[in-house]
Amino acid sequence: MTKEYKTINEIKGPLLFVEKTEPVGYNELVEIRTETGEMKRGQVLDTSNEIVVVQVFEGTGGLGKESSVKFTGDVIKMPLSPDIIGRVLSGSGLPRDGGPPIVPDVSKDIAGAAINPAAREKPRAFIQTGISTIDGTNTLVRGQKLPIFSGAGLPHNDVALQIARQAKALGEAESFAVVFCAMGITNEEAQHFMADFERTGALERAVVFLNLADDPAVERLLTPQLGLTTAEYLAFDLDMHVLVIYTDMTNYCEAMRQMGAAREEVPGRRGYPGYMYTTLAIQYERAGIITGKNGSITQFPILTMPGDDITHPIPDLSGYITEGQLIVSRELHRKGIYPPIDIRPSLSRLMNSGIGAGHTREDHRAVSDQLYAYYAEGCDLRGLVAIVGKEALSERDRLVLEFADAFEQKFVNQGRDEDRSIFDTLDIGWNLLQALPETMLTRIDDHLIKKYHPRYRKKE
Amino acid sequence: MEVGTGKVHRVAGPVVQATGLKSHMYDLVLVGEEGLMSEVIGIAGDKHVIQVYEDTAGVKPGEPVKETGAPLVAQLGPGILTSIYDGIQRPLPKLVEASGNFISRGLFVDGIDHKKKWEFEPVAKKGDKLEPGQTIGTVQEQLLIKHKIMMPPDKRGTVKEIKSGNFTVEETICVLEDGTELPMIQYWPVRRARPSRSKEAPSIPLRTGQRVIDGFFSLAKGGTAAIPGGFGTGKTVMQQTLSKWSDVDIVVYVGCGERGNEMADLLHEFPELVDPRTDRPLMERSIVYANTSNMPVAAREASIYTGITTGEYYRDMGYDVMMTADSTSRWAEAMRELSSRLEEMPGEEGYPAYLGARLADFYERSGRVTTLEGTEGSVSIVGAVSPPGGDFTEPVTQNTLRITKVFWALDSKLTQRRHFPSINWLDSYSLYDLTLEPWFVENVSPDWNKNKRRAMSILQENAELEEIVMLVGSDALPEDQQLTLEVARMIINFWLAQSAFHPVDTFCPYKKQFDLLAAILQFRDHAFEALARGVPTDVILGTPSKDALAKVRLLEDYEPELEKVRAQMESEFKTMS
Ligand SMILES: Nc1ncnc2c1ncn2[C@@H]1O[C@H](COP(=O)(O)OP(=O)(O)OP(=O)(O)O)[C@@H](O)[C@H]1O
Ligand SMILES: [Mg+2]
Repeated sequence: MTKEYKTINEIKGPLLFVEKTEPVGYNELVEIRTETGEMKRGQVLDTSNEIVVVQVFEGTGGLGKESSVKFTGDVIKMPLSPDIIGRVLSGSGLPRDGGPPIVPDVSKDIAGAAINPAAREKPRAFIQTGISTIDGTNTLVRGQKLPIFSGAGLPHNDVALQIARQAKALGEAESFAVVFCAMGITNEEAQHFMADFERTGALERAVVFLNLADDPAVERLLTPQLGLTTAEYLAFDLDMHVLVIYTDMTNYCEAMRQMGAAREEVPGRRGYPGYMYTTLAIQYERAGIITGKNGSITQFPILTMPGDDITHPIPDLSGYITEGQLIVSRELHRKGIYPPIDIRPSLSRLMNSGIGAGHTREDHRAVSDQLYAYYAEGCDLRGLVAIVGKEALSERDRLVLEFADAFEQKFVNQGRDEDRSIFDTLDIGWNLLQALPETMLTRIDDHLIKKYHPRYRKKE
Repeated sequence: MEVGTGKVHRVAGPVVQATGLKSHMYDLVLVGEEGLMSEVIGIAGDKHVIQVYEDTAGVKPGEPVKETGAPLVAQLGPGILTSIYDGIQRPLPKLVEASGNFISRGLFVDGIDHKKKWEFEPVAKKGDKLEPGQTIGTVQEQLLIKHKIMMPPDKRGTVKEIKSGNFTVEETICVLEDGTELPMIQYWPVRRARPSRSKEAPSIPLRTGQRVIDGFFSLAKGGTAAIPGGFGTGKTVMQQTLSKWSDVDIVVYVGCGERGNEMADLLHEFPELVDPRTDRPLMERSIVYANTSNMPVAAREASIYTGITTGEYYRDMGYDVMMTADSTSRWAEAMRELSSRLEEMPGEEGYPAYLGARLADFYERSGRVTTLEGTEGSVSIVGAVSPPGGDFTEPVTQNTLRITKVFWALDSKLTQRRHFPSINWLDSYSLYDLTLEPWFVENVSPDWNKNKRRAMSILQENAELEEIVMLVGSDALPEDQQLTLEVARMIINFWLAQSAFHPVDTFCPYKKQFDLLAAILQFRDHAFEALARGVPTDVILGTPSKDALAKVRLLEDYEPELEKVRAQMESEFKTMS
């Protein structure tokens, strides 16, 4: 059925209302031609015998009652072939690098069906990022989704790039393929990413989707779906380990809010649609490993928290879906510490399955817990010191306070190109703990202290 | 009932309108050419409003809608245990066989295997008058779990013929005088509670092996608990831990709108872990519903009902059942989404006005009961709540707290300090406290309640002192208060903290819980006595036995070590000056 209709009854924001059509399927791909011959694409959001509602990805500018609408009878699909690797595409999947269109081996529905939970493999392969605050205390594993929660003006992009450059599975030479999805970021930020990809040769194993700040907002709603469909193809058809970086989820959610308002939906919290949790989950849940497949999808969504507020619906709902979060802190950034990751509110929930004997080292969990405990306590003490002065502290508290400072300088702080092995990271941790009396190491079993504490190790 | 066919009129996401149907509310219908499983959730004029349990992409107006003449039912019979279902009781491994690694649409799979033969052992005899719920016979479903085949709750009659031997769940195992042929399988509409004879007071604790719960805020068998907390505060870990170690016979774990990897974790762990009470794999006593966040919302909405229905069914056999729901907020959100697509008048924060009523109906299906047959069984419910921004004043948390009797308040400040379980000891409560105390006194120790009260009051005092410390520093406090701070720190770090991932400490028996706390209180008494004798605080706080106490909880065979530490403590304090 490829009939063209000129029965647009209403245009409102990004929406078209078309009447007197043949029966049209829900979520169908729609092609729209303006009177001047320009082509746009859209998707059916609501269909009935009386009226069909279409959201237009490239914006409704230039459309009028005389524009013609064609319902393709098919859902939106992403053309895929191995040649897609190395390509730069637009936020709606068209070539942006001047190259030819993708000649597909397969075309896949971008909505992506849910992975059957019974077909999932438990993620447990440790990924070494070379960053101590991640590897040591918020360990990432293959198949995980771990977002970076940041704020405007903070170096989250540098952290993401450093991860993309350095990430590797222990003992494996093969690096990750990268799918990079930009949603509403500035041209300058995009340049920054592209330059780094080119400098490090990463582009040769990357697929880039770019929807920039001046591209249509509605198009952004497609970008992660296209990127993740590509990632699934690379991971589960071509057996690759894929790292998906998308930035900025906040822009994506804003586009969703805009669509919701255009459809006059009952808004949920702070004007965002009530289904935002589900929509985000459908993207984030496309990370993982499937039993019997060699590839995997690991996700690194980046989002800037409006007003640095972690309770804002965008970080909040994300945090409820992802397997932890890395928090980029303005305070640490101001102190000149890079990467300014605050480990206290950060968390990797899959850490346990990827660390310990056989993965990293048997003392990993204990060292991490102990570092956490005293860093958190030390930070609390800072508040007290501001009021009563250092002198009022007990001897024990003074040690804890000093520990927290040293921790930031030696463990958190590292170079932008410094690629620390997990063993270096753990040893830095031990060296810091050495400043505390052994009786204070309550979270570490005695046999581990005997084995790894620098005091005993030197004796060997 | 005669079943007809209608036509799709409108499709918007998971909600479809259809014309030409005669179905009743909550009847199942099959939508579109693919026959997508759906449920009637509204009738307006000549249109039926239908929620579809599967993705509706591609469905067009004019496609057929087939009636089934029956509501969504659970299939009840041998073979439920060890199953992994989606929200509408389709076994997920069967879906993998049918459609591969990704879930596709329009698949119908039975909740239990209809081909497998089970050995049926009759209990009733020819001529017996059977009442609703009465046992007809039994099947050994798992090595240690006997499955009672019971009269359906709405049937009675006299046995004309009863069989013995191997049967599928569909074959007749008993014929009544009136000619009714009874198979082992029963179908029960999930939205309707299964009846029992009477509800009993919950007076037996449900042992969880978690010190902060058993020791401070205990749950009763047949009781209800809410566990609200912001993201990452430990709801899932706690529910999984409870599912592992609680002293119940059957566990129903409902993953409602949560993560796929978490379900994978559970599905890999449960078959390997061994139930300490029976030495059998945990999976043998478990039923898992995994309707993850990316699976259809309508099926998510249904999952809570399918879950509780299977739970009630095992309760009716006289078992103690625990159902955990992670997370009831996702369930409420599914309701909200469907309600808004129905263009219903929204209540608070967009939730439908009937949110509170639905939550109450669900939790009311818990309880310790005398079954129709006269035995005793229970269903306990532990519901996770995920409040936006971790703010407990939101509607789902508030409506839940109005119903549940136990409140385990997760506190992100404790999480940040990596204090687990992050259950806040000042805000949480258990309304079963007083009813359960006699049990502990009788079965664990006469001092159980006394020690608990003492520990709680030390923590209360600690909270007040900490406020002062924040202003003046701890050195400015009088010496006795400094000691209290330290004793509180011991209760918090050595007793309340309990890692779910430590091979030994993940589960703590009652006696060990009691002994550890008693030792800390013993230290306290010695410390205050020494202070009264004029021993300076830093000498008291430097006691080596105090630090030795920290690690006793990590030992499986802790008693000899604890004895040693206590003896050491006695002698240290005796010589202290
Ligand atoms: N009892 C515990 N012992 C040790 N670690 C714990 C415990 N509880 C929670 N944790 C740690 O906290 C992390 C988060 O816990 P969990 O996944 O249960 O949070 P949640 O409340 O379910 O979050 P969400 O609402 O996002 O699902 C875990 O991955 C684990 O690292
Ligand atoms: Mg959880």
